[in-house]
Amino acid sequence: MRCGDFRETYIKDEEIFQSLFVKWCLALFFGFLLIFPFVANAYLLYVANMIGFAVIAAVGLNILTGFTGQISLGHAAFAGVGGYTSAILVTQLGFSFWLALPCAGIMAAISGLIIGIPSLRVKGLYLCIATLAAQFIFEFIFVHWESLTHGIRGINVPPPSIGSFLINTEKRFYFVTLFVVILAVGYARNLVRSRVGRAFVAIRDRDLAAEIIGINLFRYKLTAFAISSFYAGIAGALWVGFIRIVTPEHFPFQLSVQYLAMVIVGGMGSVLGSISGAIFMTLIPELLNVLSSSLTSVFAGAAHFFIPFKEVVFGGMIVLFLIFEPRGLAEIWRRIKAFFLLWPFSY
Amino acid sequence: MDIFLQLIVTGLATGGVYGLIALGFVLIYKATSILNLATGAFMSLGAFVCLSMLTQAGAPFWVAFTGTLVFAFLLGLIIERLILRQLIGEPIISVIMVTIGLAFMLQGITHIIWSPEYRSFPEIFPPEPLDLNFAIVPSGLLWGFVFAIIGTLIFILIFKFTRTGVAMRATANDQQAALSMGISVRWIFALSWSFGAIAAVIGGIVIGNISGISIYMGDIGLKVLAVIILGGLDSIGGAIIGGFIIGILENLTGLYIDPLVGGGAKAVAPFFILVIILMIRPYGLFGKKIIERV
Repeated sequence: MRCGDFRETYIKDEEIFQSLFVKWCLALFFGFLLIFPFVANAYLLYVANMIGFAVIAAVGLNILTGFTGQISLGHAAFAGVGGYTSAILVTQLGFSFWLALPCAGIMAAISGLIIGIPSLRVKGLYLCIATLAAQFIFEFIFVHWESLTHGIRGINVPPPSIGSFLINTEKRFYFVTLFVVILAVGYARNLVRSRVGRAFVAIRDRDLAAEIIGINLFRYKLTAFAISSFYAGIAGALWVGFIRIVTPEHFPFQLSVQYLAMVIVGGMGSVLGSISGAIFMTLIPELLNVLSSSLTSVFAGAAHFFIPFKEVVFGGMIVLFLIFEPRGLAEIWRRIKAFFLLWPFSY
Repeated sequence: MDIFLQLIVTGLATGGVYGLIALGFVLIYKATSILNLATGAFMSLGAFVCLSMLTQAGAPFWVAFTGTLVFAFLLGLIIERLILRQLIGEPIISVIMVTIGLAFMLQGITHIIWSPEYRSFPEIFPPEPLDLNFAIVPSGLLWGFVFAIIGTLIFILIFKFTRTGVAMRATANDQQAALSMGISVRWIFALSWSFGAIAAVIGGIVIGNISGISIYMGDIGLKVLAVIILGGLDSIGGAIIGGFIIGILENLTGLYIDPLVGGGAKAVAPFFILVIILMIRPYGLFGKKIIERV
């Protein structure tokens, strides 16, 4: 246990905001988030929206992978289910976006339950392969169920609206995203310190022992799958509402890997970690994009190399984080906090 | 009936190639318990190296082939030393993710060095197809099949009779016991990666001969997962037999299911088979039964 970190009751230990300082920081951050859309340009707001979707999906995946210890390489497929569900409900059944959004989450949760069933029989490596297979099967369904998904042409979706107020700009959508992100993160942060969250962690740490102390593995593993896919579905539906089209190409295997990378880079088993991981993994490619466009004006051939170069950076980041900082950004943050806790007189 | 037999035969030949790539997975998994999802990237990298030696350096095929094998050997050693050794004892998810990250890196590097357009291999094998009276085997598939069988046999012989092979089996069986018998487990790990890379690279060259190469040919590596799960993750013979079965099933799906769903079923069939196997018999046909159930 680190020095200078005293808590006397269990309730105190489980508090989300552990000091006044943290509360102030958070309030400041909220203030920043609220002012941000009024000062940022459309591109920055676009990136902020993308980060928002990534945060929702990554927090969801972290509940499954970081807290419950079930590896999923098919998270993008659930986002796809959510995206398609909302698109189909809005265009073919005339639902409003706000009703289609939770429906998308529920549909994704149901498909997550189906994919989660093998997790009762197989785990670790095998589960990883099973979810990977699920990813490809879903992709196949998106492409080939022509009558419903319109195949590779995709579905065009009208922008969501409140009454006659259309939410069709980055700035307007930003507030929707922000609201959903706050809900999602708040729920996740509270979930993991509840009875259910403790059961998840017990399953992750040793499933046999968890079963013996009375945790119903069947129920809790499936719950984890359902909640995590619900998050993915919401993220997918929001994304589709934002870009106003859905095609199978939006949900490739690479996106699944990206979500998993966010969870790992951020830190498994930490909600704050997934948030920072999602921000980090979304910003890096965007930074590279900016860099590439400024380089292209100097060297004409540079743009050519940037797509593969992004891949190398993406892969390299996963590898380097796993080797040098396996607990991710959350651990770096914790170390910084620990350093300043008793600074300058630690020990 | 004719087309049925024809599909069975081509399925068998394709399956042989799948088996060879599956060997790339199995050789690494057997010794180190790591599922190397970068196998596909190894394949395309190897195929491109071989192609460059053939076309740009103008080397004869056997020189280019040997050169590629040496390259794969070194690649395996380096990757094991730099990346995987740091992760010994880490949870499965870290190890799997690191191989995925590696796959992206290698694919990106391949993309940077060789541009993404599609290329065909120079003709290495005699182009005459083999006529079996009831079916015709295209030359590429035939030679791929031959390579696969020879490769598998060589690996089986190495495992059975050489000192290194026995040491590898011992390590796979019990690392502690192997260590106490004076086997350098580290070296065995490194060697398994080299062997795995070599098998993958041969697979890449063979596939390149059959259907040409592009930087996306590594996607076959994921399809081969069905083969190794069916055959058993740690069984060399299982890899080949699983390859045959998946090859045939895939072809038959193309014939019977494709018209029903409007195409594309052939590509996704291995994944359906994969899920079914995982539900019924996760350790595969010949794998070690170590599945614990809670």
